[in-house]
Amino acid sequence: MNKYFREFSAAAALGILLLALAIFAPSFFQPQPLLSLATREAPTLVVACGMALVIICRQIDISVGSQFAVCSVCAGLLAAMHWPLALVLATTILIGTTFGAFNGALVAGLGLPSIVVTLATMVTWREGLRWLRQGVWVDLPNGVQWFGLPQMTGQWTLVLVALAILILLALTLKHISIGRFVYAVGSDAEAARLAGIRPRMMTFGVFVFMGALTGLAAMMNTIQSPQVDPNSGTGLELKTIAAVVVGGVAISGGRGTLWGVFTGLLLLACISPALTHLHVEAFWGKAIQGATILLAVVADGVRTRKQRY
Amino acid sequence: MKQLLQLSAVTKSFGAVQALKGISFDLQAGEVHALLGENGAGKSTLIKIITGAHQPDGGTIEIAGERVEKLSPVAAHKLGIACIYQQPALFPDLTVAENIGLRLEGANSLSRVDWNSRRNQAQKLLRRIGADISPDAEVRSLSMPEQQLVEIACALGAGARIVIMDEPTASLTQKETGLLFAVILDLRSSGAGVIYISHRLEEIFQLADRVTVLRDGESVGTRNVCRSRGDETQTSQSESDKRLLTSSPTLTESELIRMMVGREISQIFPPAQSAPGETVLSLKNLGCTAGGVKNVSLDVRAGEILSLAGLVGAGRTELARTIFGITPADAGEIILRGEKVEIHSPQEAVARGIAYVPEDRRRHGVILEMPVAQNMTMGIHRRIFPGTWLRFGAERACALDFIRQLDVRAYGPEAPGHSLSGGNQQKVSLARWLATKPKVLILDEPTQGVDVGAKSEIHKIIRRLAKDGLAVLMISSDLPEILGMSDRIAVMRGGTIAATLPGKSGAHEVMSAALGQKGAGK
Repeated sequence: MNKYFREFSAAAALGILLLALAIFAPSFFQPQPLLSLATREAPTLVVACGMALVIICRQIDISVGSQFAVCSVCAGLLAAMHWPLALVLATTILIGTTFGAFNGALVAGLGLPSIVVTLATMVTWREGLRWLRQGVWVDLPNGVQWFGLPQMTGQWTLVLVALAILILLALTLKHISIGRFVYAVGSDAEAARLAGIRPRMMTFGVFVFMGALTGLAAMMNTIQSPQVDPNSGTGLELKTIAAVVVGGVAISGGRGTLWGVFTGLLLLACISPALTHLHVEAFWGKAIQGATILLAVVADGVRTRKQRY
Repeated sequence: MKQLLQLSAVTKSFGAVQALKGISFDLQAGEVHALLGENGAGKSTLIKIITGAHQPDGGTIEIAGERVEKLSPVAAHKLGIACIYQQPALFPDLTVAENIGLRLEGANSLSRVDWNSRRNQAQKLLRRIGADISPDAEVRSLSMPEQQLVEIACALGAGARIVIMDEPTASLTQKETGLLFAVILDLRSSGAGVIYISHRLEEIFQLADRVTVLRDGESVGTRNVCRSRGDETQTSQSESDKRLLTSSPTLTESELIRMMVGREISQIFPPAQSAPGETVLSLKNLGCTAGGVKNVSLDVRAGEILSLAGLVGAGRTELARTIFGITPADAGEIILRGEKVEIHSPQEAVARGIAYVPEDRRRHGVILEMPVAQNMTMGIHRRIFPGTWLRFGAERACALDFIRQLDVRAYGPEAPGHSLSGGNQQKVSLARWLATKPKVLILDEPTQGVDVGAKSEIHKIIRRLAKDGLAVLMISSDLPEILGMSDRIAVMRGGTIAATLPGKSGAHEVMSAALGQKGAGK
């Protein structure tokens, strides 16, 4: 069976969806709503890229949504204090990196299972934030939204930044040693260690990187509106893990590409608006997303079963 | 004589590959029937058909004279078929008694567990096979050979009439092998039939009544074996021995090998090196508490093959892991080319020119999901990819070079690791380490579970590497291999070197040193 079967099937599903829209609801393809959709999903793509690395490395991070919320609120507060936006950006990324390093230290340093560690941090950061801020929204001063640029330019900037990160990471995974090592550690950490790779450093690294990307994504989200929602990022972990799995990354590590993740994210992101355009009631959206994920996991199961013989 | 099992013209295909091309095979009550063949000859597929794991595409299966239409693992179990695999299939977190109990009961999952009888039964079974294992021990804490003995106890307890053993002695010591053989003979005289798979020809001559050789999914022939073991059979004289007396001309090892590979290949090991060079690796009173290694002093010279002999658990692998920095030393010195070094991690070991081809290649030697080329270059990224940008052309060239040099049989550098046979995986693992251009090469059981043809190729490769000036430290449990390959033999016992013997020593000397008998090593 083709090595990239999963990536191709995600792409085929996306193709079919777009084709159906082109025939039955050409109104879907208006530039302005599409750009808005892309802008909304840009931060998710950035987080999904990080999540793909984590999962390829045979770990998982379900605390990204909470990290995202804390980073968003921090970014908002700093911006409200009239810090220069570049400094706000750098600080937000640094905060995310710290969160990632915390997860990474517990997982790689103490050898704890990442699902438990990040479950704990997910709840802790989210509830800590709620307790500290009492659910208050942060009002942003003028000139923060869209970096003070015209809306169109701001939207394009975000989309291009997300795409640039996708391309850079995809190239890294394929063409730089460290990318290859992520796959090696995810496939067989002990074999990788014997081959002279440091699996714990790699694991720590992917979590730190995940945090940094979450910080960046939070900033990209913050500048989209005049206020910061303290509950932003709720469900982000599910959304990104879903995109990663639908895109063909093996949840057991060691396999997958970022192109697949990109396709998976596009597919999931298009389902809800597509339903609206096709005049299907919107609450079917979640169910169809769930079914898509299930289908992807089942396809994986069938594939590995076949490989075993 | 009762016929236990009869397979007629069994065929099985996997996709385009025909694994079995009409094999007929039979097993009589009270016999040991050896199954021989290179890796990929179809032995495993045949076994899986007998145990019900695979369904045959054609042909018939008769068990105890009755035709069986659909054989599933559950049905096979009920018909008294038990299989002891190379890798024991036990539950590591349960105790020995629980594991045995699960196999014996199992039928009614809601019935109450009678812990006392379960424990007693386990104890009885273990005693019957002469295993010194506590029924309350957690299986995780047992060594591989001990787990194998537990598997055998399970098979016995289930009252198996057809017992299949797939390379049971691969990780056993001489003494444990002796115990196992006694169990097999006991099974035989109780009227069970044993299908015995092994790459060790001497075992087949010791144990088997008949041997069937498979090649490329076909049966090359079934021969009677004139067992070399004379005295023991006198008491349990049966029809099988009468058959032996009238057996056709004596079967020889070389004949068997010829049947397996379809050509005559020499079992002769490549000639030894005459003049080893300077000392490359020198250990002085090396110790590692965590690994149970203590007070090891050893010199390995360029161009020589130094074997580490000893029983399983003597500390050979642990010593290798200490030198390689997996369990770093906490006493003594490692001197590498005249310079005292400290090695705390595999990375440091690699950087200093030490390579370690680990024992369990299926788990740690080769990354199964990765292509051959990526596996081979895993340790040398810094060298072949300056500036860290991966150059696939260079990688492919490097892989092709090793594929040619070591004669790796894969459909190309992009073939994934799991598509290769055991011997070829071992070559890939070896290539990865040779790529790091080491000065010291540590091989841990380099030919375990590898077929005869690939084994002799690997031996030639090792000798050639030594000739090129590598210092080779080879751990092996295969006595003929140690005697045939070594320039010197260091025998380990209880975590330290018990004796250092010249390469031309006899099997008896090595064994007595390993067992700690008096006068060893003189």
